[in-house]
Amino acid sequence: MKKITLPLTDETIRELHAGDSVLISGTVITGRDAAHKRLYELIQSGEPLPVNIDGEVIYYVGPAPAKPGHAVGPAGPTSSYRMDKYTPALLDRGLKGMIGKGARNDEVVQSMIKNGAVYFAAIGGAAALISRSIKKSELLAYEDLGTEAVYRFTVEDFPAIVVIDSYGKSVLVTG
Amino acid sequence: MDIRKIQAPVVTETVKKLFMDMNYNIGSDILDALNCARENETSSVGRNVLDQLIENHKIASSEEVPICQDTGMAVLFVEYGDHVVMDGGSFEDAVQEGVRQAYIDGYLRKSVVSDPVFDRVNTRDNTPAIIYTSIVPGDRIHILAGCKGFGSENMSSVKMLTPSAGVEGVKKFILDTVKYAGPNPCPPIVVGVGIGGTFEKAAMLSKKATLRPINTHNPDSRYAALEDELLGEINKMGFGPAGLGGCTTALGVNIETFPTHIAGMPVAVNICCHAARHKETEI
Repeated sequence: MKKITLPLTDETIRELHAGDSVLISGTVITGRDAAHKRLYELIQSGEPLPVNIDGEVIYYVGPAPAKPGHAVGPAGPTSSYRMDKYTPALLDRGLKGMIGKGARNDEVVQSMIKNGAVYFAAIGGAAALISRSIKKSELLAYEDLGTEAVYRFTVEDFPAIVVIDSYGKSVLVTG
Repeated sequence: MDIRKIQAPVVTETVKKLFMDMNYNIGSDILDALNCARENETSSVGRNVLDQLIENHKIASSEEVPICQDTGMAVLFVEYGDHVVMDGGSFEDAVQEGVRQAYIDGYLRKSVVSDPVFDRVNTRDNTPAIIYTSIVPGDRIHILAGCKGFGSENMSSVKMLTPSAGVEGVKKFILDTVKYAGPNPCPPIVVGVGIGGTFEKAAMLSKKATLRPINTHNPDSRYAALEDELLGEINKMGFGPAGLGGCTTALGVNIETFPTHIAGMPVAVNICCHAARHKETEI
């Protein structure tokens, strides 16, 4: 089990290989379908983004509400392929990593190779377990989107697996 | 048989409890299947994933938090006794209120948007629930409810096969659908299959099939055998837990059927993640 600290350096990214189990500590930003659509449209029209994504890792998640005394509700990954349309544009803007579940298309993989980025999977459906490693949640943008808003999560030993590395190698079994 | 009055708030309270309960406490059929798969899984990564899923169920149950952040869209199959009269409100409103209260008071995620294409504004209480009602003889209301996450729902499919396709065509479509879904729907999956009826009937049956415990079989031995055969074939595909490889790609295959037209053989495949959450009760 490799321990990695965010933000990711290019050197760390180069040392991550498909199949590595990792524990991630530091901060990630969150975003899924609706937030990606908005960020993508801003990039397309050349407008500034409400959050800085340069050097960041984005976690595809829409958490359940937090019970009193919890930092966050259950917060497992959502399917990554729905973000494929938007991901290369975000990678070109400096995004260094994604955490999600399931397959990515070839455009995303090629963009990851070009931009030196890494794709992690968290275990889909292990949301209550995963939320234990999320220590803090702060709203960053798009409050109107509710669970789909962009948050900054502070994570400690967040369990994930490198499924596609920056060389384009994948350990995911696809059909 | 006398007419029986049921108070609408009783329906609301019953529905509320069903949805909170199903989101915190997975059925024993799924838990048993996960434990069994843990023993038989050949991949060490796969075993590790299954360990995490089993641990996740313990946490969800003991802390009363949702098993998965996607607490789904609420679907109910209701058998409404023809001697029941609702008092103090309509049945429809009582059910929707129960769903609303479960999702708000139970800290469940609200995942429903008001319009599918243009507005996509969150309704903020996870309503409307989808309610399929059939009128049956009697003075009781039977409710079978599920919450369906969309990671797996999106991987589902319907096909209008024609009779010449035969059982081989049915098998091929089911296996192709599972193969296409691959690592995306949170394997190990539960595969609900609806065969027969019309286009929409097949789809509805496939949903109902996902709500049947996976330790049961179709009462027709031919379909029961098909369930076992398909489960075996799917687990040879190699996707494994979380799609990271292994022999546990599905936990169960449930088939439901209905008579159909001389020209048709509709088949629907509703894929459900390993968190196949459903509960039933009778009022």
